[in-house]
Amino acid sequence: VMLKKLVMSIALAFCLSATAGAQEPKMGGTINAVIQPEPPGLNLAMIQNGPTQMVAGNIFEGLLRYSPKLEPLPELAESWAISDDAKVYTFKLRPGVTWHDGKPFTSADVLFSVDMLKQTHARARGNLTQVEKVEAPDDLTVVFTLKQPFGPFIGIFEVASFPIMPKHLYDGTDYKTNPYNNAPVGTGPFMFKEWQKGSFIHLVKNPTYHDKGKPYIDDIYWQVIPDAAARSVAFETGKVDVLPGGSVENFDVPRLSKLKDTCVTGSGWEFFSPLAWLWLNNRSGPTANKKVRQAIMYAIDRDFAKDVIWNGLGKVATGPSASTIKFYTDDVPKYPHDPAKARALLKEAGYTGEKIRLMPLPYGETWQRWGEAVKQNLQDVGLNIETVATDVPGSNQKIGDWDYDIAFSYLYQYGDPALGVARNYISSQIAKGQVFNNVEGYSNPEVDKLFAEGANATPDSKRKEIYEQVQKILVEDVPVAWLLELQFPTITHCKIKNLITTAIGVNDGFRDAWIDK
Amino acid sequence: MLSFVAQRIVKCVIVLLAIIVMNFFLIRLAPGDPAAVMAGEAGASDQVFVDQLREKFGLNKPLPEQLLIYVKGVVSFDLGYSFRQQAPVSKLIMERLPATLLLTMTAFAISLVLGIFFGTLAARWAGTWADTAITVVALIFYATPLFWIALIAILLFSVEWDWLPSFGYETVGANYTGFAHMRDVGAHLIMPATTIGLFFMATYTRMTRASMLEVKRLDFIKTARAKGLKDGVIQRRHVLRNALLPVVTLAGLHTGTLIGGAVLTETVFAWPGIGRLMYEALLQRDYNLLLGVFVVCSAMVLIFNLITDLVYRIVDPRIEFAT
Repeated sequence: VMLKKLVMSIALAFCLSATAGAQEPKMGGTINAVIQPEPPGLNLAMIQNGPTQMVAGNIFEGLLRYSPKLEPLPELAESWAISDDAKVYTFKLRPGVTWHDGKPFTSADVLFSVDMLKQTHARARGNLTQVEKVEAPDDLTVVFTLKQPFGPFIGIFEVASFPIMPKHLYDGTDYKTNPYNNAPVGTGPFMFKEWQKGSFIHLVKNPTYHDKGKPYIDDIYWQVIPDAAARSVAFETGKVDVLPGGSVENFDVPRLSKLKDTCVTGSGWEFFSPLAWLWLNNRSGPTANKKVRQAIMYAIDRDFAKDVIWNGLGKVATGPSASTIKFYTDDVPKYPHDPAKARALLKEAGYTGEKIRLMPLPYGETWQRWGEAVKQNLQDVGLNIETVATDVPGSNQKIGDWDYDIAFSYLYQYGDPALGVARNYISSQIAKGQVFNNVEGYSNPEVDKLFAEGANATPDSKRKEIYEQVQKILVEDVPVAWLLELQFPTITHCKIKNLITTAIGVNDGFRDAWIDK
Repeated sequence: MLSFVAQRIVKCVIVLLAIIVMNFFLIRLAPGDPAAVMAGEAGASDQVFVDQLREKFGLNKPLPEQLLIYVKGVVSFDLGYSFRQQAPVSKLIMERLPATLLLTMTAFAISLVLGIFFGTLAARWAGTWADTAITVVALIFYATPLFWIALIAILLFSVEWDWLPSFGYETVGANYTGFAHMRDVGAHLIMPATTIGLFFMATYTRMTRASMLEVKRLDFIKTARAKGLKDGVIQRRHVLRNALLPVVTLAGLHTGTLIGGAVLTETVFAWPGIGRLMYEALLQRDYNLLLGVFVVCSAMVLIFNLITDLVYRIVDPRIEFAT
């Protein structure tokens, strides 16, 4: 018997709009926002880089949105139900939704998107391996049947993770050369209008958007300004109103925050929960020794990095999970900054001054400075560190080919350890040539088993137990050296209201935003 | 003259082909390929995905075959496809070329006019305080890094005084047309063009000054004076015209470099030109696009060198079109 529990989230949606405060949203106006770097394209199903997500999140939509606490909210799906055996997910689609070209949106588009994403979207393909079949009993119903229960499944439908694409424009075409890649057609609150390469992307209000009355603003200009200092100036002179996270160098944030009519928020990153760490090569060199890895954890002054390099933004990481994602625990071994202990551990490990290569992340000044700080920390306890400088492709290549000793990185966690944590620690994710999997080469059968169980266990209390256990083991073993839970502040002029309402922040489109004139 | 031009063009084509082949291998020496970059940005990758990308980009074929395909394309004026930006390379370059030409030609004009003007003055007043002042100012602009001048200019003219826009090609969203549009673009052009212009001005000032002083010592100037010609006429017709030859050579070389060499200025002022396109293509290992920009820039250098040779003849009738 399949007892359906209907989870209506309308109440939650009301909560969200209530946060707008007593003020009534005003209609009209233009938002100028910085986009950096310029996205290579706007087809979310095929391109997944940050700027693409930021712009295309206005154009495309997913089945669901997520609250800052990662609870699902309706979007293209207006309601959903999960069977008691946690294997059948039934989505009721919102009626009357049209694509920007006027064609109706139906369950056929969802089925098509599943097929397309399996070919073009590495992360979606990974998530969809859990699915046995997808069916559309009618135009407004889609049913996913899983092979086995998969805890995070309700969390995979965010717009960039699972964008719904127009079947009538892509079906049967060569996806990579489809003309709509650069003039995208979605169901979202804003429609693509113009892209002057190197200058700006112009989006205009979707007058027939399904959430009646929204969006409030008329249009958005995403301005391409390649120099960080010039982006600060553009904000200061009022030419842009929104600096999304990471638009300006960190050392400029305190100064900009103090400007008149400037508002800063760290929220809107809950779904991604970017966690920074050092890859430690577990296969060869001094870092293959667990004691050396533990010594590195004790040697690094992470509070200094947080307070000085990140200007107090973010949080010192306690382990493989960020505190904002599900099943996080801080009940794990602790590694305070303790150079004496680090030296003692190095001595125990028999480290005799072998050269260790350190590769900072080539993402600009902040990361450069962090690389220097960590190098100094490590040298202070007697490690022989040599910095390796490279650009992004070089860094990706070296990490993917396991040609490093210590390397900076930060990755998104996507709200659930099964989606964004396991991939970095389980043996099945060891595959040379790719970044972002288990590139450190850590292999522990017990950890493998626990992560496998955690993904498919029900109910959540069981999952919690498993993930708490695995966090303890990992923190003891130090496969990588966790640094900070990063926070990328979004800086706006205060007249821009209600810009960030969900767990993906600026990436969720500006449907709720309005300008207080 | 025709055969001179024809021969030069044939030489240019050969040089261009050599440049293509060399660039083709050079950029593949850098670690990482476009597939790795894009897989990296996907936030998740598996072998299937990377292999798919490599196949899509034609990166799984042996290098010589890739080169052959590329050269075949270029010969038929097809610069290939940028998989990264999902558009033909020639389209991407043509979108950016006008902005770059506007910027570099304005900068070029500024540098040449000011350079020759101040160089002439300095030569005329050689050894006086005015000469020293001109030389020192020119050297300061030459020695200061471009991006620093650019940032200071932004701080003064945009932030402090709010006279000029700090970034971009035009006021986005203003939708100006006609004269208003020209004025708007002009306002955006002033700072970047002057920044580059002042840098190159220094070279022309120095070159003009030195060259003029040299020519002044020659016998035919004495003759001209002995004939009783006015000083202004001597300076203009006899000294300057002869002194300009090395300046023209230098200007010819500069024009070519200016096309691809405005990366820093374009970046600081968010000017949507070729320099930035090239820099981004390099960081993303967008091989086809990068090669395409190189081909266009090299062609520009060659074309401007050809023009320089022709201008020689006009400036100095003694030079024949010998080959």
